[in-house]
Amino acid sequence: MILKRNTPLQELVYFSLFGLITACAILLLVAVIGLLLSSGYAVLSWQFLTESWQHREITKGGVFPAIFGSFMIGIGVSVVSFPLGIATALFLTEYSKNQVLKRIIQLSIRNLAGVPSVVYGLFGLGIFVHMLSLGMSLLSAILTLSLMTLPWVIVSSAESLLSVPQKFRDSSLALGATPFQTTCRITLPCALPGCITGSIIGVARAMGETAPIILVGATFYMSRLPQSILDPFMALPYHAFILATQHSSPHAFAYAAGTSVVLMVMTFVLSLGAILLRTYLRRRKNW
Amino acid sequence: MAVTRAYIMRKHSQHALRHADYLLFGLVAVFTVFLLLSIFLFLFLTGIQAFTEISVSQFFTTLRWDPTAMSGPKYGILSQLAGTLSISVLSLLIAVPAGLSIAICLSEMLSPRLREILKPTIEMIASIPSVVLGLVGLLYVAPLIARVFHISNGLNAVTASLLIAIAVLPTIASICEDALSCVPDRLRDASFALGATRWTTIKRVVIPTARSGILAGIMLGFGRAIGETMIVLMVAGNSLAFPKSLLDPVRPITANIAIEIKEVTLGSIHWDALFAVGCVLFLLTFIINFAADFVIHAKDPL
Repeated sequence: MILKRNTPLQELVYFSLFGLITACAILLLVAVIGLLLSSGYAVLSWQFLTESWQHREITKGGVFPAIFGSFMIGIGVSVVSFPLGIATALFLTEYSKNQVLKRIIQLSIRNLAGVPSVVYGLFGLGIFVHMLSLGMSLLSAILTLSLMTLPWVIVSSAESLLSVPQKFRDSSLALGATPFQTTCRITLPCALPGCITGSIIGVARAMGETAPIILVGATFYMSRLPQSILDPFMALPYHAFILATQHSSPHAFAYAAGTSVVLMVMTFVLSLGAILLRTYLRRRKNW
Repeated sequence: MAVTRAYIMRKHSQHALRHADYLLFGLVAVFTVFLLLSIFLFLFLTGIQAFTEISVSQFFTTLRWDPTAMSGPKYGILSQLAGTLSISVLSLLIAVPAGLSIAICLSEMLSPRLREILKPTIEMIASIPSVVLGLVGLLYVAPLIARVFHISNGLNAVTASLLIAIAVLPTIASICEDALSCVPDRLRDASFALGATRWTTIKRVVIPTARSGILAGIMLGFGRAIGETMIVLMVAGNSLAFPKSLLDPVRPITANIAIEIKEVTLGSIHWDALFAVGCVLFLLTFIINFAADFVIHAKDPL
């Protein structure tokens, strides 16, 4: 700490205040997790994680279809948004010489990142569900959430690509490699771990989103798992939302909290894993 | 001769290849611009159809939104707009001082090692799904608010603001911290050399230098607060009446879209009107984000 014995009183007061607020913010994170666990731990069991959902007697079933749905969303969003996002980042960092075009694209990305999730939901509902007649389905939800995650993937990939030293590219070009070969064999492999860990955090957030999937395809009750990507699906955040607001069972809140705990574990493991991996890779990097 | 020709052909094909990859990556990159435009155009073109039956002045200047009223449907967005703005402004009043304090603590007070641990921890708050915050609000915050203010029901604008403040806190803290960290150390050193204390240096040198970044962080937080859907859907109270106090239940724009869109038929006036409301929401956040981007890129004199 930088507080020394002769620190002026005013500074002491302000710095303690700032420290206290920071501690409170961290405490808040712990409190949210703790409160959820305290109201949801009672319903957590092996049966809760692996059984299919029983609509009438919610104590009899589990949330496996919702876990499955959220998992599929995560995979689908990664498959769609990673290639698009990394290609865009490559264009911005490696190819584009035209400053005006670059600025316009960057401006669009930043604005896309700020578009409310419910607006993405409206767009997905209009375009994917109705115009392309994909219906209320897993595919519509994956495409909608992918568009939402795209800006995040682009920004974190571009950051990672920019951290590759320029001399790597120059050496490769000096050996007679084309820009494409340089990108494929030198720049991208160096930056890829960073691109992916950054993007995973984006996917974790997409899995926690509820508003868009309310509009484009989540259902509360299904007797079986979705058979194809054109089927409706169950998802953890939507499940928690319905249980918390629209279910009449006296156990509904406990089950909503239990579902939220599963969701939080899923997104936190992904985000925390990605953050730790990134820190590890950054330390190991010798350039 | 043959060698030269082969060489030239290889050069040609490489040239073509270079343009091919430039074109491919370029097309993908331009997709982002296309996406932003198409979101706006889609909302706009669907929404505008509502104005064949709803007058523009009714839409923008009346309070009552009641598409199924017996006396004829009413489409006025002012009550929802009041809900959205009151909740987001109130949440910023909480989140901005707190976020700035956290940023100062992380950037100016802590050792780099501790900062490397604490910053990701603060950013983890952003990983809490908003439906989880909504649930915590329903179970714990709303009853608390009801008891503190002696009201029967704790689902109102204040409760929603408190929870949204938690949701936007990491955004504001993280961007402000970036802005403060970007202030060059020579400015701090110059201030110390003149005999200023650390707090005076922060107040008079570091914060004024980082002001554009801080302002951008606040604006991006504002954009997020306006667009937050699940928290307001769960804890804001869902009342379409115009709020008379902050302890009244409200239904902001985002919540209204999420509630009603599932219940209307494709292509009806109500459907189009909801897209028009979505378009207003899009423009509101677009203006804020556009301004934030402009502020970030405004050239600092340094």
